Amino acid sequence: MSLDDQPPGGPSAGADDAPVPAGAASSRAPLRRLRLRVLRYNPREPQVPARFETYELDEADNMTLFLALEEVRDRLDASLAYDFVCRAGICGSCAMLVNGRPRLACRTLTGGLPAEITLAPLPVFELVQDLSVDTGKWMRALGERLHAWLHAQHVEPDLDAIEERMDPDVAEKLYELDRCIECGCCVAACGTAQMRVDFVGGVGLNKIARFHLDPRDTRTDADYYELIGDDDGVFGCLGLMACHDLCPKELPLRTQIAFLRRRMVRAGLSGK
Amino acid sequence: MKVVHTDVLVIGGGLAGLRVAIGARRRGLDATVLSLVPPKRSHSAAAQGGMQASLGNVFKGRGDDENAHFEDTVRGSDWGADQRVVRMFVHTAPKAVRELAAWGVPWSRVRAGDRQVVINGQPVTLAEHAAAHGLISQRDFGGTRHWRTCYVSDGTGHAMLYAVGDQAIAAAVPVHERKEALQLIHDGTRCHGAIVRDLKTGELCAYVARATVVATGGAGRLYQVTTNAMICEGGGIALALDTGVAPVGNMEAVQFHPTGIFPAGILVTEGCRGDGGLLRDARGHRFMPDYEPEKKELASRDVVSRRMEQHIRAGHGVQSRFGTHLWLDITLLGRAHIEKNLREVKEICESFLGIDAAQQWIPVRPAQHYTMGGIRTDHTGHSVGLRGLFAAGEAACWDLHGFNRLGGNSVAETVVAGMLVGEYVADWCERSAAWADVPMRLVRDALAAETAALAEACNRGTGESARQLRLELQQTMTAHVGIFRDGTHLEQAVETLESLARRSRTICLGRTAPGPNPELVDAYRVPRMIRLALAVAHGALARTESRGAHFREDHPQRDDARWLKRTLATWPDAWSNRPHLAYETLDVNAMELPPGWRGYGARNHLDHPDAAARAAEVARLRERHADDPAARQDALMPFADLLPPRLRGPNHRVEAEEETPVVAR
Ligand SMILES: Cc1cc2nc3c(=O)[nH]c(=O)nc-3n(C[C@H](O)[C@H](O)[C@H](O)COP(=O)(O)OP(=O)(O)OC[C@H]3O[C@@H](n4cnc5c(N)ncnc54)[C@H](O)[C@@H]3O)c2cc1C
Ligand code: SF4
Ligand code: SF4
Ligand code: FES
Repeated sequence: MSLDDQPPGGPSAGADDAPVPAGAASSRAPLRRLRLRVLRYNPREPQVPARFETYELDEADNMTLFLALEEVRDRLDASLAYDFVCRAGICGSCAMLVNGRPRLACRTLTGGLPAEITLAPLPVFELVQDLSVDTGKWMRALGERLHAWLHAQHVEPDLDAIEERMDPDVAEKLYELDRCIECGCCVAACGTAQMRVDFVGGVGLNKIARFHLDPRDTRTDADYYELIGDDDGVFGCLGLMACHDLCPKELPLRTQIAFLRRRMVRAGLSGK
Repeated sequence: MKVVHTDVLVIGGGLAGLRVAIGARRRGLDATVLSLVPPKRSHSAAAQGGMQASLGNVFKGRGDDENAHFEDTVRGSDWGADQRVVRMFVHTAPKAVRELAAWGVPWSRVRAGDRQVVINGQPVTLAEHAAAHGLISQRDFGGTRHWRTCYVSDGTGHAMLYAVGDQAIAAAVPVHERKEALQLIHDGTRCHGAIVRDLKTGELCAYVARATVVATGGAGRLYQVTTNAMICEGGGIALALDTGVAPVGNMEAVQFHPTGIFPAGILVTEGCRGDGGLLRDARGHRFMPDYEPEKKELASRDVVSRRMEQHIRAGHGVQSRFGTHLWLDITLLGRAHIEKNLREVKEICESFLGIDAAQQWIPVRPAQHYTMGGIRTDHTGHSVGLRGLFAAGEAACWDLHGFNRLGGNSVAETVVAGMLVGEYVADWCERSAAWADVPMRLVRDALAAETAALAEACNRGTGESARQLRLELQQTMTAHVGIFRDGTHLEQAVETLESLARRSRTICLGRTAPGPNPELVDAYRVPRMIRLALAVAHGALARTESRGAHFREDHPQRDDARWLKRTLATWPDAWSNRPHLAYETLDVNAMELPPGWRGYGARNHLDHPDAAARAAEVARLRERHADDPAARQDALMPFADLLPPRLRGPNHRVEAEEETPVVAR
C-alpha cells in the first residue's frame, strides 16, 4: 500500500480507527550529488596548512549534515574530526559554520541547502581539529565568571518538607529561558564577541536574565550590575541581534537583552 | 609519567557522576570528574519525559506514596530488582526532586482549577486542588498506578543536568572535559584510579584516587538503531569487565523504547502516550487495546515494544522505502498542548522528518533505549568484585530496574544514586587507608600497558577497519539479540561476535596523526564494545526464560523456579573470546513483594517453590502490623538503616498535611 494513496483529512479525536492523514514521512525532493567542502586543520600538525577538502556523496531522503558527515567518515575519510553527541538537536555539540552561518549540523537537512555545502569550525572558540571546537571550556569559564547558578536562600533545604510553591506561569517562563543548550551559535554570530575576548554574548546575557527572573534567586539588580554592567556585559552589546536570529532554540534574546539593558542602566544610575 | 591525584575520581559527567561529585565535595573530599564531552552535553540532557517521585500533587496523583512507587517498580522489573534498593530509591526520590527544585530546576507546576486532558483517547476534565496550586506537577507514564512523573515541559533531563551542572560549578568541582578513561588501575582486589587519554592532545596520564566511581551511562550504541547518543558505547562498563574481577550484572537486560522515530531512532518521549497519544497501524487502527485491554498504550515498555513488533509481524505495519513502521498519533492532543508540553517532539518532527506533528502522524518503531545491566554493585554502589570501585546511574547494576526499568525511573535513579553513593563513597574514603599505600609500580605498569596497546594499533600496517567491525557488531546485535530472541539466533550472534573479537585484534589505522585522531578512538573503543556485546549475547543465550525486556520465543515463560537470579559476567582471561558467567540468586524469603503476575503482559510464569509460602507470610505480617507502618516495614523488609541518617526522614505530602488537624496555639 502506498502512502500517497491515502485519502487526505485529519483523524477525529478519540476514534479507535482513523484514516491515515496525508503526507508521508519522507520528503519527496529530488536527490542530488552533494559536494561537501570542509575546512581542515589540526593545530597539533602545524606543518600541514589549513585547507579545504571536498567530499562528494549521494544525497538521501531526510539527510542531515550529521548523516552526511558520518558517511564521509565511514567511506571517504576516517580522520575527519567533528563533534556529534545526541544527533537530535538537544546537546549543543555540533554547531559549525554552514555556508557561513552558525547552525547545529545535526538538525540541518541537506535538502534545504544548495548542492555545494561549505563547512567550517565556529570562530571565537578554541579549535580542536577540523570542525571540532572547544565550546565546553568557554562555557564553563563563562559560568564561573557570571556566577551562573541559582543563589538560593537555603543551600541545604529541608528535603522532607513540601517544596516551595511557584506560580505555574513563572515556571513556564523560566523554562523558556532555561532551554539554552550552550551551543555557541550566538557567540559565533556576534560582532562584539569576535572583537572582545571576554564579552559574555547572547548566551551569557540570557543566563543572567534567567536567574533574574527566578523568584528563588536572592540576588538584586546591584549584584547583577557587578557581573554584566560593563562593556564585557550588556553595555558591550551593539544590539544588532545576530544572536537572536541564529539561536537554534529560538530563545527570546532580543527582549531579554533589551530588558537587561534597561535594568542595568537604572542600576548603574542609582549606584552613583 | 603524568599523574593526577584526587580523593574521588568520578568517571562520567552526566547526572549521576556530577551528583556523586557534589556529594563527595560537600563531605570535604577532593572530587575530580572526567567526561568525554562537556558535562552538560552528556546524554542525561536528552531525557525529555520526566522523573518519577511520589509527590502526589496532581489530582490523578492523589493517594500516591512510596508503597505504590515500590510496587510499580518491582513489577516493572519483573521481579529482577533488588527490593531493598527499590525501597531506598522510592524513599529518596521525593527528596531528590525537592533538592533539585532548590537548586534551580524550573519544574512544571500545578495550576488549581479545571483543565482538559486526554485519557484513553477521550477528552476529560480534571479539577486540580487549590491546596496543590504552585506545587510540582506530575504526568502519566507507562507502568505506574498513579500520575507520578515530575517534569519540566519536555526538557526534563536538560533542565536537571543544567541545574546540577551549575551547582557543580558553584561547588568548584573540577571537570576534566574531553578525557576518556581507558583502563582501571588495580591489583586484582583494590582499585586505585584510571589510565586516561586526553581527547584533544592524545596524551595518556594516570589519575590516582582513593575511590573511583564509574558513572558513564549506557551502551546503546551496541545496536544499530538506538535512541542513545553517539557516545553511549558502554566504555565505562567495559572498564569493569576488563579488570577480570569486577562483575557486570544482567547485561542481557536491554530495553527497547516503543517510539523511536523511523528510521533514525531519535526518541519521541513516552509523554506523548502519557498525555493521550495513540499507536496506530497501516489501516489507521488503534491496535494496542486489542492486545492489552487494561493498560493499552501505557503498559510497560517491554510489553508495548513487543506488541508493536508482533503487530508488524502480523502484517499490519506501514511499508516505506526504508522498511516497516507504525504510527504514533498525537494530533488528537491539539496544537496548543503540543506546542506547550511536547515542543521538543514537535521540533524533532520538523527538523528530522519535515512533518508537523500537530497534523501528521509520526512514523515510529521500537529502538534500543536503555541498558538495565551494568557494573554490579551492592546497595552502596560499591563493586562486588573490586574494592574502591563504585558505580552509579545507567552504568551500574545497583539493581533498581531488574529486567525492565519504568520510564522516569532512570533520571530519578541518577540523582538518587548520586545522593546516596556520594555519601557512601565519602564514608568509605574516611574509613579506608590513604594515599601512601598506592603502589606506584602498579600505576606505571598500567600506563605502560595502555601506551603499548595504542602504539601497536598505530604501527600495524594492514588489518581490519574499526568502523567496519562496529557496523557488523551493530547489525548482529540488532538482528539477533533484539526484542525477540531465540537459541538459534543467539548462537549465531555469539559465533559472529567471537569472530569479530578475533578480527578486532588486528585493527589498523589509515593515519596516525597526533591529537584527537578519530580513527584511533574507534580503534580502541570497538574491541571493548565487542567484549561487552559478547557479555550481552552470552547472557541472553544462557537465560532460557523470558523476563522483562529479555524475551525468548523458545522459552516464553518467566521461570522463577530456575531463573530468579542475576547474571554476573566477568572476563578473567584477556586472551579468551568469551566471558565467564556466574549467577546470584535472589532470595524470595527476603522479598517484601513476592513474585507474581505483573498486572499486564502475558499471565504466564512458573512459580518459585517458596513464593506461595512467602506471600502467605507477607499477608500475615501485613495484618499483624496493620496499624503501624514502621513496624510493618521492619517486619517485611527493613531498609531505613541502610540510608544515610540525613535522608531517613518521612516525606511530607500536601494531602497528608490537609488531613493533619490544625493545632491551636
Ligand atoms: C532519548 C532519551 C530520553 C530519555 N528520557 C528519559 C526520561 O524521560 N526519564 C528518565 O527517567 N530517563 C530517561 N532516559 C534515560 C536517562 O536519560 C539516562 O539513563 C540517564 O540520564 C543516564 O545518566 P547517567 O548520568 O548515568 O549517564 P550519562 O548522562 O549518559 O553520562 C555519562 C557520562 O559519562 C561520560 N563518559 C562515558 N564514558 C567515559 C569514559 N570512558 N571516560 C570518561 N567519561 C566517560 C560521558 O562523557 C558522560 O558525561 C532517556 C534516555 C534517552 C536515550
Ligand atoms: S542562546 Fe541560543 S545560540 Fe546561544 S548558546 Fe544558547 S541555545 Fe545556543
Ligand atoms: S545583539 Fe549583542 S549579544 Fe547579540 S549578537 Fe549583537 S552584539 Fe552580540
Ligand atoms: S549533536 Fe547534539 S545538538 Fe547536534
